[in-house]
Amino acid sequence: MSLNQMTAHQLHQLMVNKEVSAEEITTAVYKRIDAVEEKVKSFITLTKEQALETARNVDKQIAAGEKLSPLAGIPVAVKDNICITGVSTTCASKMLADYVPPFDATVIEKLNAVGAVMVGKTNMDEFAMGSSTETSTMHTTYNPWDTDRVPGGSSGGSAAAVAADQCIVALGTDTGGSIRQPAAFCGVVGIKPTYGAVSRYGAVPYASSLDQIGPLTKDVTDGALMLNAICGHDHRDSTSAQYDVPDYTKYLENNVQGLKIGIPKEYMAAGLGANVRQVIEGAVATLANLGAEVEEVSLPHIKYALPAYYLIATAEASSNLARFDGVGFGYRDTDADDILQMFIKSRSEGFGEEVKRRIMLGTYALSAGFYDAYYLKALKVRTLIKQDFDQVFEKYDLILSPTTPTPAFKVGENIDDPIKMYLQDIFTSSVNLAGVPSICLPCGFVDGLPVGMQLIGKPFGEGTMLRAAYTFEQNTEFHRQRPAL
Amino acid sequence: MTKWEAVIGLEVHVELKTNTKIFCNCSTEFGGDPNTHVCPVCLGLPGTLPVLNKKVVEYAVKAGLALNCEIASYSKFDRKNYYYPDLPKNYQVSQFDLPIAKGGYLDIEVGGETKRIGIHHMHMEEDAGKLVHQGTIMASPYTLVDYNRGGMPLVEIVSEPDMRSAEEARAYVEKLRSVIQYTGVSDCKMQEGSLRCDANVSVRPVGTTKLGTKTEIKNMNSFKALQRAVEYEIERQIEVLEDGGKIVQETRTWDEAKGITISMRSKEEAQDYRYFPDPDLVPVVIDEQWVKELRDGLPELPDSRKARYVEQYSLPAYDASVLTAIKEMSDFFEEVLDYFPQPKVVSNWIMGDLSGLLNANQQELTDSPITAKQFAELLKLIDQGTISGKIAKTVLEEMVATGKEPATIVKEKGLVQISDEGELTKIIEEIIANNPKSVEDYRNGKTAAIGFLVGQTMKATKGKANPGLVNKLLKEKLQ
Ligand SMILES: [Zn+2]
Repeated sequence: MSLNQMTAHQLHQLMVNKEVSAEEITTAVYKRIDAVEEKVKSFITLTKEQALETARNVDKQIAAGEKLSPLAGIPVAVKDNICITGVSTTCASKMLADYVPPFDATVIEKLNAVGAVMVGKTNMDEFAMGSSTETSTMHTTYNPWDTDRVPGGSSGGSAAAVAADQCIVALGTDTGGSIRQPAAFCGVVGIKPTYGAVSRYGAVPYASSLDQIGPLTKDVTDGALMLNAICGHDHRDSTSAQYDVPDYTKYLENNVQGLKIGIPKEYMAAGLGANVRQVIEGAVATLANLGAEVEEVSLPHIKYALPAYYLIATAEASSNLARFDGVGFGYRDTDADDILQMFIKSRSEGFGEEVKRRIMLGTYALSAGFYDAYYLKALKVRTLIKQDFDQVFEKYDLILSPTTPTPAFKVGENIDDPIKMYLQDIFTSSVNLAGVPSICLPCGFVDGLPVGMQLIGKPFGEGTMLRAAYTFEQNTEFHRQRPAL
Repeated sequence: MTKWEAVIGLEVHVELKTNTKIFCNCSTEFGGDPNTHVCPVCLGLPGTLPVLNKKVVEYAVKAGLALNCEIASYSKFDRKNYYYPDLPKNYQVSQFDLPIAKGGYLDIEVGGETKRIGIHHMHMEEDAGKLVHQGTIMASPYTLVDYNRGGMPLVEIVSEPDMRSAEEARAYVEKLRSVIQYTGVSDCKMQEGSLRCDANVSVRPVGTTKLGTKTEIKNMNSFKALQRAVEYEIERQIEVLEDGGKIVQETRTWDEAKGITISMRSKEEAQDYRYFPDPDLVPVVIDEQWVKELRDGLPELPDSRKARYVEQYSLPAYDASVLTAIKEMSDFFEEVLDYFPQPKVVSNWIMGDLSGLLNANQQELTDSPITAKQFAELLKLIDQGTISGKIAKTVLEEMVATGKEPATIVKEKGLVQISDEGELTKIIEEIIANNPKSVEDYRNGKTAAIGFLVGQTMKATKGKANPGLVNKLLKEKLQ
């Protein structure tokens, strides 16, 4: 196995044993990028010079006999909506094509502090709006398992980079499923932490009350290591929770004995492809055989989750994206005659179609006369959905569901049908509305394409979620299969 | 002919004088080179997040309490969405349906009558930046944006439409400024924009209760301008209505030079601000105990201080309200009393000569070097007969200009009052000899003629003669 195919915890061991240097690992990753990037197109920006410099610094630490953090020297790919000082942050939009932030996101500060190596910025749906990475104004990213297919979105670049071994771990953001859906399509592990567990400072917002940064990794152990590094209170984010961050690796125990898992009947009914259903049922059986208590549960309001999600997300987006007006930073139309025309032209030319569609939807939902009927009603639905989850979690430790209704679809297949595209989030968006954590991990294949299973935890119940996911992983082989690129 | 009644409501923005901005750590200091008090947060760079400055909440609560408002135990921040080039995020973080304070009032005094003006609510918000044009807006080839003011903490105080005249409107804002200044949460300097005010004005036939169509007047940057603008607008509206016209709901700006209000934009295409709760900020939950502590810590406010002056110092109500209108003035008054406990004398000198001098110099009391102790010393010099009241005015002028001790000035300029009978008798005898006409007039019963002789004596002594003594001696000599 080449270095770039390994997990962070494997590489850490090799570095500690001085069998390999951080520089060798970084070099292996860039070699792989050179080899397959033409086919996958995961990245928007590569930062090779800085990456090698960080890696060499880690090697100096090793030589000096310093204790190495688990992520020191580990190559990380970063979704291009997370700010890194001096590195272009485009959000895959013409609007920010030339934007270079003067500050680091909190997650970047934290990863820098432990010596992680940033290899580059990954492709995404423009401003994180989309489920296929096709709305990127930079280029389309392809699924490493089948390059005729999409990698999912909006963290499609990060998921593809991990699956194609172009990095070891990656960061994504998840507003309605944007980490978990591409993780499912690319056969990797994706975690959407509890809202407030990870600081949002420095992540360009799509919908502030739903967005959360999380990791994409090759296995559950690396997911736990990433959570250890990025979770915790941040005084720069008012919505960041004050809580004691546990050592998540302590939960990596091969045992689900007595764990109570609920399977929402609503999820297993509507719109789920027969093949995917079979795979999920197989995964449920595996967990049951390992000692978990599995029962059917009900989330009665879940059928309203998707419309509520799209109303709240677009409403917040319409306001969050108002700052892109050509005045202070970003794209500006220079031919306009007056300030109003400058605003209008800059936004008309700088934003892509999907972004404009969502801004208009959100503006409409918030406008006088429609607020009560749409936005306010969506907030009420959100409360009901939270209550649904609370009720189930009174009796159950976890909720299990498919991540997506189907495996990865073909490039171009859904791009002209927004509603069909929005249905990609049907199993994931309720998790963001409720603010609870969720992990997606590979649980089988359909026609050679990976299928993901979603395990949803109680608020700040990432530990239990990791324990179940780890147990499943240790007793199956799905995560070991690699795409033949 | 219809008699008309004006209905006026005011929206007053007050800048809180915290050290840092409302959602970041940038300095709130006035002035500074353009865009030097800015950071990624107040520039609204993508990815940045606001964090509420607790001091802003404290100051807002203090202001709310001083305005007799009820403080909300739970309030939240909302986004007010509108496009403006100096608004970095194109939404303003403000409070909409759950403001920090509600339902207060202020008592104002107009024409000797006390009137209670209701305060609908007070909310917290961030200020926008400032646009800088070359020359006029229309002719400027470019516009520059200075974000130093962006993110400055403001409270907006919205009155009930309880005022009926421009005079009442002015009295309300003056009282509001006085109360807020007392709490110490703002300078309330209209010239520096730390107190800004918009007026909503409508008129209706006397006796009716339905509100007429209102206009909003902006851009009044002094109390005088406020009064004049409102007066003008009331008259304008009455004229339009009496001519059979209709008032258009619109925003008007006050043109100070021309003394008129001008239409800025029609409100018919009213902005839809699409308010919604700011998802980047958690609700503001306020502890009752904390509010109690802040209430207990409030200083004595102008109304109660005024009442105390009447009671404790037996001052006329007029004196008491003038002295207490500005906290610095009031504090100064009380400090002077510590050294010179004659309230009415101190009041006369502060309201009269000192205020006159400061006004003439366009100075605030705090800008002048004079201390309460020095001022008391001056009054003592008069009281002891060392200098005359007239000389004291000259000495005071010098004190305000230089900050020197009154005794030093008197000594340096040789201003000590002449109370020596022998010395004065000599001078008076000379005056009598030189003015036989006046002497004759007096002896023929024109008693007023003595005034001329006193004046001549004062002139001869350069004002240093003790006036009482001069009078007495003159009368004796002319007998
Ligand atoms: Zn700032």
